[in-house]
Amino acid sequence: MMAESGSSEVAVIGNVDLTSTELENNIINTMVERGTALLRRMEINVAEAEKRTGKNTVNMQETYTVYLIETRPAETIAEGGTPAAPDTLWRRYSEFELFRNYLLVTYPHIIIPPLPEKRAEFVWHKLSADNLDPDFVERRRVGLENFLLRVASHPVLSDDEMFLRFLTDEKRWKEAVLETGFQDKVDSRLKSLSAMFRVKNPDKQFTALKHYSDDLNTIISQLLRVRAKVADRLYGVYKVHGNYGRVFSEWSAIEKEMGDGLQSAGHHMDTYAASIDDILEEEEHYADQLKEYLFYTDAVRSVCRKQDLIQYELEMAVQDLSTKKQQKEELTSGTVRIFSLKGMTTKLFGQESQEQRESKLEALDLSIHEGEEAVNEKNRECKEFLQTAWGDIERFREQKDNDLREALISYAIMQISMCKKGIQVWSNAKECFNKM
Amino acid sequence: MSGQTVPVDYSGHMLDLDEDEDLEVFSKKAPVADGNPMPNSPSSMVNQFRLEEDEPQDVNAKDLFITVDNPESHITAIETFIMYRVLTKTTRSEFDSSEYEVHRRYQDFLWLRSRLEETHPTLIVHPLPEKFVMKGMVERFNDDFIHTRRKALHRFLNKISEHPILSYNQHFKVFLTAEELTSHRKQGPGFLSRMGETVRAVANTVRGLKSRPEEFAAMQEYVDDFSNKICTVDKVTQRIIKEEREYLDELKQYGPMYGQWAESEGNLAEPLKAVASCVERCGKETEEHAHHLSEVLVPTLHEYILCAETLKAVMRRRDHIQAEFEAKNEALASRKSEQEALQEEVDGLSDRMEGSNEALKGDWFRWKAGMRTDLKSAFVSSAEKNVDYYEKCLAVWESFLLSQRAESSDQQDGEDVS
Repeated sequence: MMAESGSSEVAVIGNVDLTSTELENNIINTMVERGTALLRRMEINVAEAEKRTGKNTVNMQETYTVYLIETRPAETIAEGGTPAAPDTLWRRYSEFELFRNYLLVTYPHIIIPPLPEKRAEFVWHKLSADNLDPDFVERRRVGLENFLLRVASHPVLSDDEMFLRFLTDEKRWKEAVLETGFQDKVDSRLKSLSAMFRVKNPDKQFTALKHYSDDLNTIISQLLRVRAKVADRLYGVYKVHGNYGRVFSEWSAIEKEMGDGLQSAGHHMDTYAASIDDILEEEEHYADQLKEYLFYTDAVRSVCRKQDLIQYELEMAVQDLSTKKQQKEELTSGTVRIFSLKGMTTKLFGQESQEQRESKLEALDLSIHEGEEAVNEKNRECKEFLQTAWGDIERFREQKDNDLREALISYAIMQISMCKKGIQVWSNAKECFNKM
Repeated sequence: MSGQTVPVDYSGHMLDLDEDEDLEVFSKKAPVADGNPMPNSPSSMVNQFRLEEDEPQDVNAKDLFITVDNPESHITAIETFIMYRVLTKTTRSEFDSSEYEVHRRYQDFLWLRSRLEETHPTLIVHPLPEKFVMKGMVERFNDDFIHTRRKALHRFLNKISEHPILSYNQHFKVFLTAEELTSHRKQGPGFLSRMGETVRAVANTVRGLKSRPEEFAAMQEYVDDFSNKICTVDKVTQRIIKEEREYLDELKQYGPMYGQWAESEGNLAEPLKAVASCVERCGKETEEHAHHLSEVLVPTLHEYILCAETLKAVMRRRDHIQAEFEAKNEALASRKSEQEALQEEVDGLSDRMEGSNEALKGDWFRWKAGMRTDLKSAFVSSAEKNVDYYEKCLAVWESFLLSQRAESSDQQDGEDVS
């Protein structure tokens, strides 16, 4: 099912005798075609997975999986020549997580590609939910490679220094990324994500995007859940036919003329029953493609939240400035419009002296000046965020439409393959029955 | 996780079918001996027949055409029942007319069959559909039940009409032609005598037969094995239908979700809606497929399950006839007086035994050939339907692919993507 080549192709969808253009319509090829500077000079693979045991932070033995990242220069290989040996290093899932968190904090206006799921979800009964299960590990390997290629093909993210180090510097990458101090920002980011605040004038486009993202999240989750049930049921239908195989075989032994026909028909029934395993394994790749976009919705929501926060901060700054200006006005005109305890006490217990008032005015002026600068800063930040984020959102939209359309096409190809197998088996069975 | 072997561990409920562990006990003995044409039969046989196994029945010789249709509900003070119309067309000289239309109820069919069995105890009389299926909690007058029963009654009469001996039976003729059957039904032995016969038969088997001739022993073994196998095939088929229906239920949830998704999309809406439609169409094909299994394969399998029971009864009756002869024969040997009278009786029983054995042997080959034809036809039809199902689904998805290829080439012609 997985065509492992030396290039950055991840998943060739099954053996279907369709035109090569169909197979070339492959998401990874599209990524490479779009071509960032990084991808033009480097090939990236997650080639293998291995089990390791070691002591963890609390000094307990644990078993975990590491993944081999291969990088090699993207040169064209001369006829008959062998590709250069790749540079390699091993990384575990938690390192990928760390790196992604760094990206989330450092590029809050970018929709950061998601990692493959931590634990198997939307399983149908046969699929193991165990993290050490070889099928799960294999699919995760594919997902991690996909993640790296997504980052490598992103116009902004691919230039990141830490990314290059992640790919090439096994030992010192972690130190370097921690030195960026991004973890300090992690806390405040988490806070901002969960904080409750209301924006007075929410940006319409971002609101629409947030709603879309929530809708997409809901619908894909539901779709994946039902797909798993459909897979489960289909498995049942196919496997029951295996019982035909057995009883036909037994029955053929007591028949003379009918025996051969029954026996060979029985074998085809066994073939039919066995074929569902590969069929459903392939379909998991389709489910993975949907899952990627399910997880993408979290990244989208994250960007929307950030925009909300910036907007909110701008509004707060404007509010703050407005309050200070009011205060100044009151101080100069002598009227108290805004209630303050000091103001009340002043009214009750007598006016301040001229000196006191003047020093207060000075302080206020300074404060107002700072406030104005803050507002300008926030305004600028807001505008910049809107621009860069919206650029990335457009890029994401196009990518999503293309990728999901490709996924639907590959799903159709899988269905076609399944139908062709069915036609084959039952035609054979029919011939055998005819010989009964 | 090899997919090559049939997994026995598939979620518990598959083990239901494994419970018949005794299926593995059977041995691969030679089946019933190859048929030589029947030797001259005793005079009790009306029609000599000779049928080699591979020889198809001459279709041109068919001169009796029967249909069962038009089920109608009849309500009286005492009961409610269904009347079926039985239409007969024939060129046979024994019939006064060439066309008959009568109305019969299920009881009438029961009567006919029991008369046929009584007259020809060792011929294989095709079974009738069961009285009342409790299993599925089927209502007696449920449309499906009536439809299934009507088809089976039609089959029954046609099987009798194709039988070289039974089709000339007087009771059969009366059944097809008499306006009113009730007067005829009062004649002749009936239920009670059959009852007595059964009891004696059971007693005899308990006492044990001297020895069953080789061919009948083989026949018995075959019948037992066949009965097991056909029951299993039926169970598997029912299970497939059930699984398919459950699969269909899920598909009905699955398809519309793509449609729902399309509502929040722009460019993706079209392919998503197309996929929704594909899933829906495949669902319809699945429904049709399950229906076909129920209409074609299941009734045939049911019929042959009942045939297996008929065969067992026939074998018992044959055994009983042999036992009666042997008993009288023993009496002849031990008694000194009444030798002449007893001898006559013994001779009569011996003739009867021989006749019954020959009748059964002949009918056996006929039945096997018929079984082979019927089951082969049902299996072929089912396999064909499966091919048809996959071909239709293939076409559905291929047309989707084509539509997407057309879309993408449109886009490549410079249409704005967003």
